[in-house]
Amino acid sequence: MMKSGDMMKASAPRKNFRLTTNTIMTTLTAACAFFVVSILVLILGYIAWQGIAAINLRFLFDTPKPVGEGGGIGNAITGTLLLLLIASVIGMPFGIATGIYLAEFGEGRFATLVRFVADTLTGVPSIVVGVFVYTLIVLPMKQFSTLAGGLALALIMIPIVTRTTEEMIRLVPTSLREGALALGAPQCRVTLGVVLPAAASGIATGAMLAIARVSGETAPLLFTAFGSRFFNWRLDQPIASLTVQIYNYAISPYDEWHAQAWAATLVLMTLILLINITVRFFTRRKF
Amino acid sequence: MPEESTTGQAAQRAGISAEKASVRDLNFFYGNTQALHHVSLAIPERQVMAFIGPSGCGKSTFLRTLNRMNDTIPGTRVEGQVWIDGQDIYAPDMDVVNLRRRVGMVFQKSNPFPKSIFDNVAYGLHINRLTKSKAELQERVERALMDAALWPEVKDRLKSSALGLSGGQQQRLCIARALAVQPEVILMDEPASALDPMATQKIEELIVELKRQYTIVIVTHNMQQAARVSDQTAFFWLGKLVEVNSTEKIFTAPDQKLTEDYITGRFG
Amino acid sequence: MVNPQPSLPSPASAYGARARVWNWRRTLAPTGNRGDALFRILLFLFALILLLIVATMIVAIAANSRLSIDKFGMAFLTGRAWNPVTGQFGALPFIYGTIVSSLIALLIAVPLSLGVAVFLVEQAPRSLARPIAFLVELLAAIPSVVYGLWGIFVLAPFLRVHVEPLLARWLGWLPFFQGPITGIGLLTGGIILAIMITPIISAVVRDVLSAVPVSQREAALALGATKWETTRVVLANAASGIAGAIILGLGRAIGETMAVTMVIGNRPQISASLFEPSYTIASVIANEFTEATDNLYLSALIEIGLILFLVTFMVNGAAKLLVWSVTRGTSGTARAA
Repeated sequence: MMKSGDMMKASAPRKNFRLTTNTIMTTLTAACAFFVVSILVLILGYIAWQGIAAINLRFLFDTPKPVGEGGGIGNAITGTLLLLLIASVIGMPFGIATGIYLAEFGEGRFATLVRFVADTLTGVPSIVVGVFVYTLIVLPMKQFSTLAGGLALALIMIPIVTRTTEEMIRLVPTSLREGALALGAPQCRVTLGVVLPAAASGIATGAMLAIARVSGETAPLLFTAFGSRFFNWRLDQPIASLTVQIYNYAISPYDEWHAQAWAATLVLMTLILLINITVRFFTRRKF
Repeated sequence: MPEESTTGQAAQRAGISAEKASVRDLNFFYGNTQALHHVSLAIPERQVMAFIGPSGCGKSTFLRTLNRMNDTIPGTRVEGQVWIDGQDIYAPDMDVVNLRRRVGMVFQKSNPFPKSIFDNVAYGLHINRLTKSKAELQERVERALMDAALWPEVKDRLKSSALGLSGGQQQRLCIARALAVQPEVILMDEPASALDPMATQKIEELIVELKRQYTIVIVTHNMQQAARVSDQTAFFWLGKLVEVNSTEKIFTAPDQKLTEDYITGRFG
Repeated sequence: MVNPQPSLPSPASAYGARARVWNWRRTLAPTGNRGDALFRILLFLFALILLLIVATMIVAIAANSRLSIDKFGMAFLTGRAWNPVTGQFGALPFIYGTIVSSLIALLIAVPLSLGVAVFLVEQAPRSLARPIAFLVELLAAIPSVVYGLWGIFVLAPFLRVHVEPLLARWLGWLPFFQGPITGIGLLTGGIILAIMITPIISAVVRDVLSAVPVSQREAALALGATKWETTRVVLANAASGIAGAIILGLGRAIGETMAVTMVIGNRPQISASLFEPSYTIASVIANEFTEATDNLYLSALIEIGLILFLVTFMVNGAAKLLVWSVTRGTSGTARAA
């Protein structure tokens, strides 16, 4: 039988081993977190450093010029914006409607199928989406176009928006719904007039995150929108975009164009970070 | 089985009990809210002490101060002293990990690990490196399962998953798991509240059997259960210890009117 | 005549089963309200179109690879030659490059992500965990092409000057670390991929670890376990979810295009050395698609796209199943996006 005073004693060598292991593992995991965060800082810092050096106002409005003559990414910026607009116009209604459908009528085999397909679509590499749109639109049209690029981006956007919309709608408390129904409102009224407004901010943030995500896509644009050296506002012509421009400049052999790639990256990252930080700021839930 | 000490038997026959633990003027805070007020209490050795009281009165919180499980909740603060075997467990140099081996705990809802029955019971033995050979490990596990009155039901399926047992069996498994490391005190936080009457009865029989070797402290909201199994009872109300006495006295002629009101069901 | 159903939200299927009179409107909208029926039809159409689009996608890609499939058959998967000029197309070099770069990425990213997740869920105080979690997730917001840019101008030179020579010196007896050092190659590709999939794996593992009930931790602590020992119990509980997270990361690594294209060298060859340039499935499509002049070339590239689609589909499916089995019910937010 153990006597008093024995509470503190345990097999000392084994205890030391356990304590040391504990300390080592705590340090290791902290080191992992620190390491990963420092990589982020490294990348963002480098972008800021290189980008700021090469950026100026002309750069933001000009079109690309041959090496040695300066030039800018004006058309790439407008191109990206136009592509995002088309993608949103096509993608948002589809995404939100499908999300509402799954949230409101989400039981049954058809709904499970739709959910499964939406999930699959999230996992499809964006370049495959590009290939698909190529076969569907570029080949018949026999040319690259803004429309094709926008559609490709929309296809990437839809499953993201669907998922977040469904989640946000499901989060609306049943009591709110039942309150409206008990007053004699038809289900469509309840959904459109009560549930959607309640879920609106969540759906909006989901939409914004989808836009941020899609604005960084390059691969699907490579052979749908293709790229251009000019400003373009037509749907049936190829169009420049920030991401494709960065890619082209990066793999070119000219230092001047490399510098422009960094500057363009700075612009793109500013857009993306702004959206991300604003969204996270407004949805400060757990973690 | 470890021998019961003769001093313990003599003390029990004389009606006095050696003191296993003593709590002196304990105040407990969750952040700014005070949950326990000036609680002083002596826990006698090798007896069952029950904590009763309405829900939210602090009895579970108090139980958890005895093995410092409240340390895992951020923002908690303890004032006062808890002495176990002549040592203040809240002293800065206290080895908390070892404390928790010596003061075991069984929870309200059974929480077996997703491992085999054998591995569950062996877990504490493994991490504390308490056995030197496989045979010794086997023996200790078997003994713990026998002490927990579970051995006959599981002896043929020690390697099967613990999650396949019924609720009552899982709880007895958790008791076996706690027993395996040979604690001196066992804390039980409403151990039978999630179980059906048959399983509850088995647990209560087990508790009466276990007190021959271990000091047991049990929190229960079921007064009849407290009356059935415990030797001493402490009544808590709104974070204060109202009365502590032998179970017989508490349930027949309590000193405090508040206690009497609770026992007779006037509130709670 | 069926009694009017009460206006309560309920799954349409329940009504469909119980209606004794088959009635268009009733089936579509339990309340019998015309607005509800229209509403439901409209939404249903959107969902249906989504299904059709995906179906068309698969069919279109399969149809356009027909040419190549007919010509090469199974030999496409084992052929080592990729020669547009002579019309010889074999996908093995790309399959090899994809597998190896993904494996390198997993080897680096998995321990790193697990460490980060364990730190954030089990060890860091709440006030520290939230900003760090945010920063780690920010890594996922960086576009692929930006990683590629950084890879070309920062990571590759760094590896070329500081890391690969050391690897060659110490581990040069292994065939993996032999040959000329340029900084552009399989190793760089793998490392960039590792950085890119770390935030995804760690985010899912964090969800999975948080889903393990507190009672498991308490059980271990009450038996006198140290913090690390308790964490091991939690990890054991979350095992299948962690496996799912890893497979999810693998799926992302396989499909990653731009960053890899920019740092892997784009040479269709199979060599044991990690310093050597290589080529992945996604990269060859990105690089050569617009240059595919004849139909066979194009068809071969599209067939490669088909392979990529099928592989990621299966990998992601497996991952989702594993993760679902652990976080069932608890909020598994749109992580895998």
